[in-house]
Amino acid sequence: MQTIWFILVAVMLAGYVLLDGFDLGAGAIHLIAARLDGERRAVLASIGPVWDGNEVWLLAAGGTLYFAFPPLYAAGFSGFYLALMIVLWLLMLRGMSIELRGHVDSPLWRSFWDGTFSVSSILLAVFYGAALGNVVRGVPLNKDGYFFLPLWTNLQPGPNPGIIDWYTVLTGVAALLVLTVHGALWVMLRTNGEPEMRSRRIAMTLYPAVWGIVIAITAASFAVQPRLWQSFSARPWECAFPFLAVAGLAGIRVALSRRAQLAAFLCSCLFIAGLLLSAAFGLYPTLLPAVTGSGMSLTIGNSSAPAYGLGVGFLWWIPAFLLAAGYTAFIYRHFRGKISSGTH
Amino acid sequence: MDSALAIHRLHFAFTVTFHYIFPQLTMGLALLIVILKTIAIRNNNPHYDQCARFWSKIFAVNFAFGVVTGIPMEFQFGTNWAGFAKSAGGVIGQTLAMEGMYSFFLESTFLGLFLFGEKRLGPRLHWLTAVAVWLGSWLSGYFIIATDAWMQHPVGYTLGPKGEIILKSLSELLLNPWILWQYSHNMTASVVTASFVMAALGAFYLLAKRHEAFGRTFVRTGVIAGLISTLILGFPTGDQQSVMVAKNQPATLAAMEGLFRTEQNGSPLAIAGQPDVEAGKLDNPVEMPYALSFLTTRNWHGKVQGLDQFPKDLWPDNIGLLYFSYHIMVGLGTLLTGLMLWAALELWRGSVWKRTPLLWALMLSFPLPYLATTFGWMTAEIGRQPWLIYGLMRTSSGVSPLVSAGNGLFTLLGFMGMYALLAVLFLFLIWREVEEGPARAELEKPALAHY
Repeated sequence: MQTIWFILVAVMLAGYVLLDGFDLGAGAIHLIAARLDGERRAVLASIGPVWDGNEVWLLAAGGTLYFAFPPLYAAGFSGFYLALMIVLWLLMLRGMSIELRGHVDSPLWRSFWDGTFSVSSILLAVFYGAALGNVVRGVPLNKDGYFFLPLWTNLQPGPNPGIIDWYTVLTGVAALLVLTVHGALWVMLRTNGEPEMRSRRIAMTLYPAVWGIVIAITAASFAVQPRLWQSFSARPWECAFPFLAVAGLAGIRVALSRRAQLAAFLCSCLFIAGLLLSAAFGLYPTLLPAVTGSGMSLTIGNSSAPAYGLGVGFLWWIPAFLLAAGYTAFIYRHFRGKISSGTH
Repeated sequence: MDSALAIHRLHFAFTVTFHYIFPQLTMGLALLIVILKTIAIRNNNPHYDQCARFWSKIFAVNFAFGVVTGIPMEFQFGTNWAGFAKSAGGVIGQTLAMEGMYSFFLESTFLGLFLFGEKRLGPRLHWLTAVAVWLGSWLSGYFIIATDAWMQHPVGYTLGPKGEIILKSLSELLLNPWILWQYSHNMTASVVTASFVMAALGAFYLLAKRHEAFGRTFVRTGVIAGLISTLILGFPTGDQQSVMVAKNQPATLAAMEGLFRTEQNGSPLAIAGQPDVEAGKLDNPVEMPYALSFLTTRNWHGKVQGLDQFPKDLWPDNIGLLYFSYHIMVGLGTLLTGLMLWAALELWRGSVWKRTPLLWALMLSFPLPYLATTFGWMTAEIGRQPWLIYGLMRTSSGVSPLVSAGNGLFTLLGFMGMYALLAVLFLFLIWREVEEGPARAELEKPALAHY
């Protein structure tokens, strides 16, 4: 039962990153890929009807984590306190910038929100990557199962780490690159004319850099977190996840050269899902490794809710998940197709 | 009080109070929009469609601010209240996760269709999306009230060997007897807020002699809905809520009422006065003899426990604020009911459009339901103190152990700055919609024009 909930939470989080990932990426390239007002509106319209629903995946994943693994929720959220609060502020600014830009017909007003949208999207991508880096690296959990990380200490992933060190900066930059390409593939898929061409060019330009940084974070992760070696050698079938990631990344290039835009975006989804599941299963059954000694780590064994809650939760969660997946599929179908930037 | 604890309490209180400005309007307004759309379809009257379209724009702005300020609420259970999350997450995590999985997905999906799909969906399907948005928002309210009700009156749990709180029955959690009256009282209050806002804007248009046909519809709809909801607010929902508090949280009731001493022969109801906690008495009291006994026990001489019956460490820790919150809520509720009775009488006599003082009163009264609702929630939450989960867990043991007062203050100030910016933007955007008025609410803007 605990393993099932581990998988469900991992799937929810991966779903969130895939969905909100492309609208963050669209934000990251917003100022470059779209120059004229009509083009910028087209980029925003491509994510407009779905970005709020995408963020609901974060809330629902958080809620699921909360009731299935309460001690992990408590430790993680209070330990990453400062980073999470900054993430909240960025999410607010970003949501406002999407919704408010069109309300006032003034170039200054629109420029302000375009800039806010882009900067908050970029910073959020970096923070999400750094968050994943923090989880892989481990945190200084105490015997009560709590920790508190300052934003930075000596920038080294040692026994006294901060949220920002060289490793988490690397994972943050990696997330920005990966999601920027993901977003560019989305904008390419959903627009035409100049934004389509420019986002294709952005994806093509950044593509080699994604290979580079994926190799770099793989090497760095195995160096920083020896658990990954043990996990992959104990359960070789888990190598399927990195294999999926590599296949997806290679697929992006093939699809791009064949101008198969939907296939390129779906390959990017496969790539990101593969990366995230590699990290999750590389740590399993640990949820949050401790740098203070492996006895302090939070695992599915010492951090899950009691059996009744997990069991009864399953009964209502599965229908709710099917409904949510159905709504998501419906809304994407309803708003599919290219958005023309028109003559505005 | 340890200062980190004080900061974390203020942190939650500030963010939740600001957040609830928005949902209290959208939950009530969702119902009123369904009513307007129903009238439009039944009477085949496009005027009501136009009204619904205008209020949908006000709804959309409020909804966006509600979403943006709502996300921090879920986060704070973990960031600021990790002790609580760890002990009780297995119980209240269920209802909070249900809210996300069942209502947020429903709302976010159908809101997009409701706001952008009127032309494409046609009148009947579009009416259905309005109903879905209304149900989604009221379902969301249900899960939140179920969470709060469990903190007020914990049920369906057992304690483990190390004192951990273990969920024993999900159905008991979802059918907690506390939910019925708290939920109906709260949802009625949200309809009151929406009714007053609608009537106030209608009165404004009539007094300013702009969009007068719309102004009349807004006043009529707002007054009829406002009369029904203010009456239900007092009886049975408010009355039953206080009977429930009297039965299950007697120390809270005594503090709310400023009842320091237990009377053997029936207790008076304090209408006004200032509690002097040190001396254990009410200064300058204006009292109705025996009325408190009657209201809580249905017997003029029934015994109501005063604060003297409880050890001081079980007293709510801010009796003054609790007493005033409760009295302001009840006072404003009475005032609002009286105003709606007057307005409904004039409406019935057909003279409401000529009664300038009444229109002025309606126009100026729209902040009052917001205040009444806020003080009502303060009554519930300050009244629960010193407990985080009533009788089960103290507020002081729920706080995150390693988040210092300085870090808490840093983010509290950050939120204050952010919300000051949001408040300015909100007022600016609403004012623009009010200025533009309902006449120009187009059927559907092209998708691009929205951004």
